[in-house]
Formats: sequence, C-alpha cells, structure tokens
Amino acid sequence: MTTAAPDLLQLKLVFVTGKGGVGKTTVAAALTQLAAEHGKKVLACEVDAKGDLSALFEAAPTDFVPREISPGIWSMSMDTEASLREYLKLQMRIPVVGRIGPLAKAFDFVATAAPGVREILTVGKLCYEVREGHYDLVVVDAPASGHVIGQLAAPQAINDLVKVGLIRGQTDWMLEILSDPRQTGLVAVTTPEEMPVSETLELTERIKAETTVRMSAVVVNQVLPELFGQREEEIFEQLRVHEIEEVLSERAGGSVATILEGARLAVTMRRTRAGHLEYLQAGLPPDLPVLLLPFLFTRTHGMRTTRQMAQALGEELGH
Amino acid sequence: MARHRSAPENQPLPHSLGQLLAAKEIAIACGPGGVGKTTTAAAVAAMAVVEDGGRVLVLTVDPARRLADALGLKGIGNQEIRIADEVFTSAGATPRGELWAAMLDTKQSWDDLIALHAPDEETKGKILANPLYQNISGRFVQSHDYIAMERLYEIHSEGKYDLIVVDTPPTRNALDFLDAPQRMADFFSSRLLRWLIVPYRSRLVNAATKPFYSVADRILGTQFLADISEFFILFQSMYEGFVERADAVTRLLSDRRTTFLVVSTLEATPVREAEFFSAELTERQLHLGAIILNKVLPDYLRDPKTAKLAQQLTHRAESLADGLTDDPVVAARVLGEVAESFLNFGVVARREAEQQAEMRGAPDILVTVPFFDADIFDMEGLLRLGVQVWD
Repeated sequence: MTTAAPDLLQLKLVFVTGKGGVGKTTVAAALTQLAAEHGKKVLACEVDAKGDLSALFEAAPTDFVPREISPGIWSMSMDTEASLREYLKLQMRIPVVGRIGPLAKAFDFVATAAPGVREILTVGKLCYEVREGHYDLVVVDAPASGHVIGQLAAPQAINDLVKVGLIRGQTDWMLEILSDPRQTGLVAVTTPEEMPVSETLELTERIKAETTVRMSAVVVNQVLPELFGQREEEIFEQLRVHEIEEVLSERAGGSVATILEGARLAVTMRRTRAGHLEYLQAGLPPDLPVLLLPFLFTRTHGMRTTRQMAQALGEELGH
Repeated sequence: MARHRSAPENQPLPHSLGQLLAAKEIAIACGPGGVGKTTTAAAVAAMAVVEDGGRVLVLTVDPARRLADALGLKGIGNQEIRIADEVFTSAGATPRGELWAAMLDTKQSWDDLIALHAPDEETKGKILANPLYQNISGRFVQSHDYIAMERLYEIHSEGKYDLIVVDTPPTRNALDFLDAPQRMADFFSSRLLRWLIVPYRSRLVNAATKPFYSVADRILGTQFLADISEFFILFQSMYEGFVERADAVTRLLSDRRTTFLVVSTLEATPVREAEFFSAELTERQLHLGAIILNKVLPDYLRDPKTAKLAQQLTHRAESLADGLTDDPVVAARVLGEVAESFLNFGVVARREAEQQAEMRGAPDILVTVPFFDADIFDMEGLLRLGVQVWD
C-alpha cells in the first residue's frame, strides 16, 4: 500500500473491473465478504452473468431478483430486459407481463439501434438500488476494462444524444450518484503482468477523461511471495553449486535438484512480476492507492478462499 | 482380410498443429481473456513462415507494446505491413516466406465499409457525419466483433495470403464474434426496422404500431427517434450489400479452409470458458482444430517422491544444511523456504494437471506450453513458444 487507504466500505456503489483473467470476480467477492463482515448489508451484482460470483460463495447462480446467498449478502445477475420491465413498471406505470411479445422484440431492436440503451439500463438499475437505499453497499462485478467505460459513460452519452424525453430526465440523477466520490468508486483489478498492467494504466486515464466516476484504488492480485532477501539469495546460490547439491541429496536420501530448480522458477516469476508492479506504480497518479493481494496456493476456489481474500483486502485497507 | 502394410511414406503424419495449419487458409485464435491469445497467434504465424514459407498474415487486435515495438509494428493500423526478414535472422531463424501484420482499427474499418457499400458520395458523407453512426462505430464495443470478421473476409477474398492467423477481440461473451455477422444481417432485415422508419416518412401510424410508438416516444423523445430513423433511412440504401456480406462472412467461418484454435491456461475460470467454447464450436459445426494451453507448470512439481523429500526438508532443514554454507542459520531458513515453495507450487501444478485430464471435448491436437521465465516480447520469444506447439 503506497498511500492512505480509501475507505471502500464507506462508499455506496463500487464498480470492480479489470482485464479478463485477473481475478476481477474474486476481488468483487472479497470486497462483498469484507463489507458483510463489517455488518453491512451488501448487494453483489454480476453484470456479465456467468455465475462465477455466486460460485465464490458456494451458492447457486442468481437471477435479476436479488437473493440472500450468505449472511448479509444479496446477489443478483443483471438482465437488461428485466431491468427495462422494472423501469417501465416503476417509473412509467406501464405493466409488462410475460417475456414474449412485441415489447421484447421492440426492446431488442431499440437496444441494438440506439447505442447506450443496454448500458443505461444496467447502470440505471444499480443507481436505482443506491438511491432507494435498500442496501448499505452495492458491489458490481463489472464487465472487463473496455466495456465498463461504455457503461459508465452511457448516462452522459445519452444526455448528449437525447435532447428531450423521459430518458433524458432519468440520466440526471444517475449522473449525480455516479459523479459523487463519496458515494461511487471504481476499483481496477490487475495482476503484475505486462498486458494487464498496461491496460490498467490506460483504463485509469480513460476513466478520468471519459467518465465522471472516480477511481478509488488499484488492486494488484496474484502477487507472489518474496522467497528470499539478498542474504538468503546468496546462500541459495551456494546450495545450488553442484557439489553442495550432491551432498544435500545424499543426506536427504534423494535428489533435491528439482526442488532447488522449482525455487529458482518461483524467484524468477516473482522478479519478472515485480518489474511490472514497479512500472504500474510509477505510471499511476501518486494519490491513487495500490492494494496488493496474494497469489493463493489452494486447491480450488470457494467460500474458503473468498474469506482469505477478504481478510487480505481488509489488512490492506487497514481494517 | 490380410493386414495391409502401407509404405512408410503413405502413413499419416502424426497429427500436429504444424500439419493442420499447412492445410488451412484461416486460423482463428479464440478463448478467454488474459491467456496469451495475441502472443500465441503471433507465434503460430511466425512459425508458419519459418517452417512452411508462403505469405502469412497475422491480424491482431492489441499486441503488447514491447512485442509490437520489437516486430516493428509501432503505430500500424488497418494497413497490412511486412515484418522485416532481419527480425527473423536476428532471432537466429530463416524465414522461408513473408510475415505480414495488421492491427484492427474498428473505427477505420467501419468507415471503409460504409465507403464500400454507400450508393453515392452524399449518402456516405451523411452517414459518416451522423452522431448515431459515430457512437455505434466508435464507442460501443459490440461493433468490434462484427468488424473483425468483416476485415478477415475482406483480406481473405483478396487472395494475397496463404495463411491468415486471426487474434479475436476480447468479447463480452466468447462467442459474440461468431454471431456478429448473423446478428448484423438479422438487424438489417428486421421488420421493426421498417416499422421504425415508416412513420417519419409518411406520418401514417396504423393501429398495430401505434402503441409501440407512443411508448418509444415517451421513453426516448421524438427528436431522438427522428435521428434514429434518419440514420436507418440512410442505411437502407446499403441494406442488401450488408446482408449479403454478412452471409458471406458466416459462410467463410464454417468453410473447410478455416480452423479455430482455442487458447487457454489451466486456471479454473479459463478452463471452464475454453470447454464451453469447444462445445459451442462443435455444436455449430465449426472446425475446432486444436487447444493450446499456455503457462503450464513443469511436471517435476507433481513428482510424488520429490514432494515427500520436500516434506522432509521442511522438518530437517537445520541438520541437512549443516556445514554446507558459510551461514548455517540462514541456510536452514533458505532450505525450509525452498521446500515450502516447492510444495505450494505442487498444489497448483496438481490441480492444473487434473483440470487438463478432465478437459471435455478436446480435439486430438492438445498442446501445452511451459511457463516461461520471462515475458515474450520479441521474435526469439515468439519462436520459442512456437516450437513448443508446432510438432
């Protein structure tokens, strides 16, 4: 951690994003778990519904209607058509029954034709939950880097395109919630690898330039443990000298060559990644906190690892 | 029936990626994000040039900056450029053919497509200036999917290359780009499209469509609807060209000359996505040529004998290290750490090996690429990866 930790738990709406494969969902789950452990009522929303988020709590996949999947944790999957139906019912008093019908077709069409409609229905639903205050915190397992910009920029884009009409009236209050750094924040997840790091740097700039949402933190996931300090490394090199290695193998009753080789691989991996981490930190605004989460050497992912990650995140946040 | 012994030269070659690609014109690398898809596509294309020769194009989306720089691709766009032979020779390889590269510029590709289909200069100008068009082509990512396949079609039909290796854009859903051409065709032939355009031409609203318009008007506002309709009236002039083209693109993807390479790692989520992807390709009767698994940990980490030894090392580090170095205390600690690290990575390696064994729907070409010590950022690195997957 480089600067004062943001109080992510004080926010109302947190978007968690990052390049595919960096553990975005894992971090969203950890933040959700951490907030719940602090007594908050949390809504975790999966936008690219694949069921991964609920799986991290060992619960069955969720749908548009939030369900309590763990104490204090409600979970839902975004469905833009259901969101439109809810919107029409609540805001415009147009009840829509059933899925099939002209409306579904019309919706599909308008959503494809008018850019931003799907995006605004997603962001709109999330902002709506914040405004209604049913939950203390809404955590969004948001789409990968490039897509999230489109979503977060949608209210502004719609504002630019649509001059009048109800949608126009609806975007103002969304923008208000999204632009308020005391309510809304974005967490970019990355790993200490080349592509994720450069994408994170790009994302940081684009979030600033193209949206009104404030970036709260960068989370670096899968940070490998530092095996040795300098002195340890010198000794390690002494142990790797062929004759010494042979003596060691003899004493141990079997070849230790691959054990030492495995450690060398671990050290190299850690070192390559450390370079990317430095590059990331140098490229980020100095006041943007960088939180580090460990690489987990576990069998599988589930409730146990979600708790471990929540604990690690809590430590980084100073809780 | 007597067993027929064929002469050695008639025996089928062992099925390998190299053999597969020698018989194809298009290889589409797809799979989850963050698994080295772009690098793998470039490596495969480079190998094809070294091994088989001919003209090979890699159509890429977003290569890592250092790799792009090393190949001399800085600042390239839609225009294909040739990678200099020196890039190969300085990596110790001899190119038997030519390697070309192009990067997908979504906005430019859309503009080119409009220019191609527009009936006249005036329509073209109007569409390019339309704010709705600019939004679709620039800001919204789904347009990526279609345009990538469209560019592939365009380049392939020019017939300049023996092999085109395509790196697919990161999509919301791994399959979006496969559906994109069909979606585009459906979209332009939609009845709703006609509904939407009609009233602003004739202002005649019939009883069937009236409820739709009144809702649409209330939600979107009349002005916006008018904007949409103007846009589609312009687009209508290009309707047939678009639909025809989208159909042709779909046909090309399912053509025998096209194969798909699913790229993944052995981490849990990518494996699940890769399995899903393989199943979908098979169901759509598209050719799943190979699965390429990147960043696979070395086998020795799973050796049970060594694991036992490592266990012992953690318990007896002090006595084992005694007298071997100039600092027995640190040596004991180092040995303990080393053994612990081996066991930790062993857990991951065993989990991943099991994932690989259980992988469903795998084609007969399934290749693994070891975890490389360093990042791949030049031709030497690409070929090191390429050699691993080729034979």
